[in-house]
Amino acid sequence: AAAMSVNADLRRERAAASFQPELLTHILDGGPERTRRRKEIEALVLNDPDFQHEDLNFLSRSQRYEQAIRKSSLMVMKLREYGIADPEEIYWFKSFVHRGRPEPLDLHLGMFLPTLLTQATPEQQDRFFMPAWNLEIIGTYAQTEMGHGTHLRGLETTATYDPSTQEFILNSPTVTSIKWWPGGLGKTSNHAIVLAQLYTQGQCKGLHAFIVPIRQLGTHEPLPGITVGDIGPKFGYDEMDNGYLKMDNFRIPRENMLMKYAQVEPDGTYVKPVSDKLTYGTMVFIRSLIVGDSARSLSRACTIAIRYSAVRHQSELKPGEPEPQILDYQTQQYKLFPLLATAYAFHFVGAYIKDTYHRISGDISTGDLSELPELHALTAGLKAFTSWTANAGIEECRMACGGHGYSRCSGIPDIYVTFTPSCTYEGENTVMMLQTARFLVKSYTQVTSGQQVTGMVSYLNDLSRQRIQPQHVAARTVTMRINDPTSLVEAYKSRAARLVESAAKNLQAELNHRKSKEDAWNRTSVDLVRASEAHCHYVIVKLFTAKLAEVGDAAVGAVLTDLCLLYALFGISRNAGDFLQAGILTSAQISQVNQHVKELLAVIRPNAVALVDSFDFHDVHLGSVLGRYDGNVYENMFEWAKKSPLNKTQVHESFHKHLKPMQAKL
Amino acid sequence: SVNPDLASERQTASFCVEKLTALLDGGAEQTRIRRAVVEAIESDPVFSRENQYFQTQNERYEAAVMKAVHLQKKMHEMGWTENGPEYKYIYRALSGDVAFLLHRVFMRSISVLGSDKQIAKWIPLATQHKLIGSYAQTELGHGTYLQGLETTAVFDTATQEFILNTPKISAMKWWPGDMGRSATHTVVFAQLYIHGKCYGIHPFIVQIRSLQDHSLCPGITAGDIGPKMNFEHIDNGYLLLKNVRIPRENMLSKFCEVRPDGTYVRQGSQKINYFTMTTVRISLISDEVLTPLMKACTIAIRYSVVRRQSKLRPGEQEAKILDYQTQQEKLLSQLAAAYAFHFINDYLQELFNRGYREIQNKNFDMLPELHALSSGFKAVITQHCTAGVEICLRACGGHGYSLLSGLPSLYTKILASCIYEGENTILLLQTARFLIKCFMAASSGQPVPPSVTYLASVKHSKCPAKNKLDFLSPDIYTEAYQHVAVRLISNTAAKLQDLVQSGVKKHDAWNQCTVQLVQAAKAHCHYIAVKNFAETVEKLEAKAGIQKIMKHLCDLFALHGIFSNTGAFLHDGYTSAAQMDMATASYLDLLAVIRKDAVPLVDAFDFTDKSLNSALGSYDGQVYQRLYEWAQRAPTNQMSPAYERYLKPLLHNTLSKL
Repeated sequence: AAAMSVNADLRRERAAASFQPELLTHILDGGPERTRRRKEIEALVLNDPDFQHEDLNFLSRSQRYEQAIRKSSLMVMKLREYGIADPEEIYWFKSFVHRGRPEPLDLHLGMFLPTLLTQATPEQQDRFFMPAWNLEIIGTYAQTEMGHGTHLRGLETTATYDPSTQEFILNSPTVTSIKWWPGGLGKTSNHAIVLAQLYTQGQCKGLHAFIVPIRQLGTHEPLPGITVGDIGPKFGYDEMDNGYLKMDNFRIPRENMLMKYAQVEPDGTYVKPVSDKLTYGTMVFIRSLIVGDSARSLSRACTIAIRYSAVRHQSELKPGEPEPQILDYQTQQYKLFPLLATAYAFHFVGAYIKDTYHRISGDISTGDLSELPELHALTAGLKAFTSWTANAGIEECRMACGGHGYSRCSGIPDIYVTFTPSCTYEGENTVMMLQTARFLVKSYTQVTSGQQVTGMVSYLNDLSRQRIQPQHVAARTVTMRINDPTSLVEAYKSRAARLVESAAKNLQAELNHRKSKEDAWNRTSVDLVRASEAHCHYVIVKLFTAKLAEVGDAAVGAVLTDLCLLYALFGISRNAGDFLQAGILTSAQISQVNQHVKELLAVIRPNAVALVDSFDFHDVHLGSVLGRYDGNVYENMFEWAKKSPLNKTQVHESFHKHLKPMQAKL
Repeated sequence: SVNPDLASERQTASFCVEKLTALLDGGAEQTRIRRAVVEAIESDPVFSRENQYFQTQNERYEAAVMKAVHLQKKMHEMGWTENGPEYKYIYRALSGDVAFLLHRVFMRSISVLGSDKQIAKWIPLATQHKLIGSYAQTELGHGTYLQGLETTAVFDTATQEFILNTPKISAMKWWPGDMGRSATHTVVFAQLYIHGKCYGIHPFIVQIRSLQDHSLCPGITAGDIGPKMNFEHIDNGYLLLKNVRIPRENMLSKFCEVRPDGTYVRQGSQKINYFTMTTVRISLISDEVLTPLMKACTIAIRYSVVRRQSKLRPGEQEAKILDYQTQQEKLLSQLAAAYAFHFINDYLQELFNRGYREIQNKNFDMLPELHALSSGFKAVITQHCTAGVEICLRACGGHGYSLLSGLPSLYTKILASCIYEGENTILLLQTARFLIKCFMAASSGQPVPPSVTYLASVKHSKCPAKNKLDFLSPDIYTEAYQHVAVRLISNTAAKLQDLVQSGVKKHDAWNQCTVQLVQAAKAHCHYIAVKNFAETVEKLEAKAGIQKIMKHLCDLFALHGIFSNTGAFLHDGYTSAAQMDMATASYLDLLAVIRKDAVPLVDAFDFTDKSLNSALGSYDGQVYQRLYEWAQRAPTNQMSPAYERYLKPLLHNTLSKL
């Protein structure tokens, strides 16, 4: 199956593209130099025989974990050997080695080491950092408990200070308090940073972080008082040993509490931290990664579905003619092209958050943190918006591949199961949306009390001017130019303003009825989530539109404009009710939007394959028989299937065990 | 003991759970029979699914074969027969975790497509499991479009045989269940050639494995197609045929026959065959689609009253997550849909039974309508329920992602139903074709089938609701749904006509309207589902609180559809902006009302713990203990070679030299 030429359909598609895919790749990477470097790192991994292995689809979970551990250890050594230190370059290297999947050292590298850097005292860093850097200590970050996730203050693990021995006594007092889910905890780590309620001098001082050894160095056996293990099979994350941890009167020295901020003195006196507002920054950074992940995961799924749809032929469009490529069906384009546009939109949003974060974190040292609360509020919503959309989009891509999408050889099931937990981790999405809503309502309240707000919510300022009108805010129909993204941004802005106002007013009405603020908030939360979604949607359309101005190449600019228009118009079409109800658009305009969406599908059709080629996923990274660059789908499906575990022997053993005896008896 | 948070939910039920269960089963006697079957199956350790989440593909396959073989014995022992009242509950009791399902399809296709002589020869062999059958239609490169299949069967008059071939890789049979490892025979669909002329697709019985040692027959290449998202227990297979010769008598010849001299003869009407294909779509709804959604609702709702998170009121205990409006919005709308689709399934079953009787009397008038309804509802219900299961999964937060929650397996299994037995988009377009035809007929005053007579009746152009309570009136919302369906169908018909009149070729015009056509077909089905639910509620007894709670669910189902698709109802001003606010308010108010009965409403589905196979959803609500116990059984908690091989060298200073 090697050395086959590229499928003729795909060749034709690529020849017909109106732009050069490499130029678009450069934009996605942030410049030709970044593209070159990315490919250089990719080649380091792909040409390295140490990182080759059997197709993971055919391995058991234990085997997959074993492969991942093997590659992770090599990865750490080679990163240092090659001197790769830039966080983005490390991210590339890691994602090529593990092909977009999680790995058992993720928490060690991504949480344990950084937490030591930010929360350990210099003395603690001396003790732990170098051993951890050299992987004598492998650590994880144990926060979530079996019964507690979102609500941190509800965690039940306790750390009680004993001044007589100068130790903390750690306990998991209930089943619900067992630490549950931390990556790398089950089998890999010998240490964990454990979050626990600190008790000293008979008082609870709230959550604090402790460095807890959990396995014996040398034998790797769990220490006395520690019960640790793997939490069992999951939807995905086969290579990750998400674990549980139960502690029974487990003692650690006083010096193992991370004490850069809060401290417990030898006699048990508690010293309060100065300020912990800076942790905002880390959360913003992690959420920006998830937005980027949403873009990448959706891009991978789109690449597979669109290439396959150009190779797959089915039924007839015109009587008597050969079966057409399924990408020629309007329904197929309607499923896939809006998702393609969405993937591009999310790429630009992810890049924006990352840049803004870097700009603001530059300011942290110089002291200007004024933008941080808004960015924090905004990224919560965008994390939820993009991960929900990508989650559903990946599934649509899979469905669009028909039966073969259901086979693991399509690669999409794996993308889905790896991606879908991001709707839950680092802040459950509904909770995230409500965080953004809180900020929106606060901004709205400021505006109604006569203050101006700035940044992405500044559109709320216009509300005060319009409030003299008896109608809803945006009750004037916009003269919308259907081919002009900036005009569409205005429509989205009006929608966001109207939904924020409506949610805020409903909240006020509930507050007038009820005693408890929390009850009122809860009874408005469906409205509040809708308002947040509208706000995020506006921000995304706005950022995509702004990106168009930066594009130098005319041909690339044209195709990105088509995608931006499709993204914006499709969103209006899908949420037509919001625009109609607020009187932003008329039914006639909505019909026009619906029609234009379909026209854009036909416009984008000739560039579809080139647009996914621009994402520039290597076949190894894509991990899909359907999405291969050369389009030789069927031959390779057959080759792949022959390696299935059920095909190990010509006659399966169950024939001798079960079938034959049955036939003999009947 | 039952978790007190779950126990308290059961004390306040507004209706009698046992009565609702009986209603769902179709009578208390049916409930009794079902429970007896479930009890017999679940008390037999061979049928246990206890270790399912820890098993490899090979182990799952082997267990399924073992269960299939054991089931024969069990049926004999219990005195269950294929025509008995117990039969339909067996599959549900096994949760589908059994092999040889395609064996039944093999038998059915022979019964439907075979001549009397063929039936007499093959059916007894199959019944006694002297052979194991499969059904090989789909090819690697061809699914939806049957005429496009590439496998060939060439008739050789000299030897009175058909010669079967897979001429190229895309023609390889791909996906048929039980074919990868188990089947000895299969019905192969191939293009028939006689004297160089192609006569189209025909079915042939082909032996693929030896009846002695199970080895592949000469000319046959077959195997398993590899891991999938689910169905690890089924050996979906591939099949390559190279000059495989079968006797002339092996072509299933009820409708078409090849005479010894090569004369091709067509006989009888195929319409009954067509009807059979249609009924298959309906028959899968109950076990393959509704059951998973009902199970997912049971798991997610029970877990949501056990799980507590954050505080609703300061100073109080953390709140049950089902008390959050956003959680109610996610789950209760799925619960309402499960009931709505249960009742539409009853409606369809009844319609098909009537259709079957008419067809027995050679009256085929109902066929087009039955075809349209089965296609449309198969698509709408599978799509809706698949999305619903995924919502339940994600509503369980992190723990939903564990296989031990049972939800990932329910999801990956149900989602296949969107593709098999007709890809959903294709099916919706078939329904749309029927609707457009009926609309044209209705507009010109011709009679149309009962389910579409509404297309001719034009009612209010404005929704008459005056306050939010009006939206709890079935007349108001049913009419709104009707209005949307009529608008979408008539607009699309007009658009098609315009395009054709402006000179666009018919097939191009059709393709340009397919997005709208799909929306129109969905709107039609949604309208019928709402109308049927409202009519069902009307007919229920007012006793035992059943009618009242069903009315709430019906309202919720209807208003959820409006809430999540406001644009369709606002378009053309049928519903005003102010009315939409009323509908939304009514919808959100209802959530709090149904919340109180949420647990009894899932209890009424009457799933045993074994059948749920979920650490989160058990009847007693002991979620955390169970999660902990089950996790400890995971094979990953046995000593892994990874430590000795990789971790140890890693931890022992391999890196410190760097």
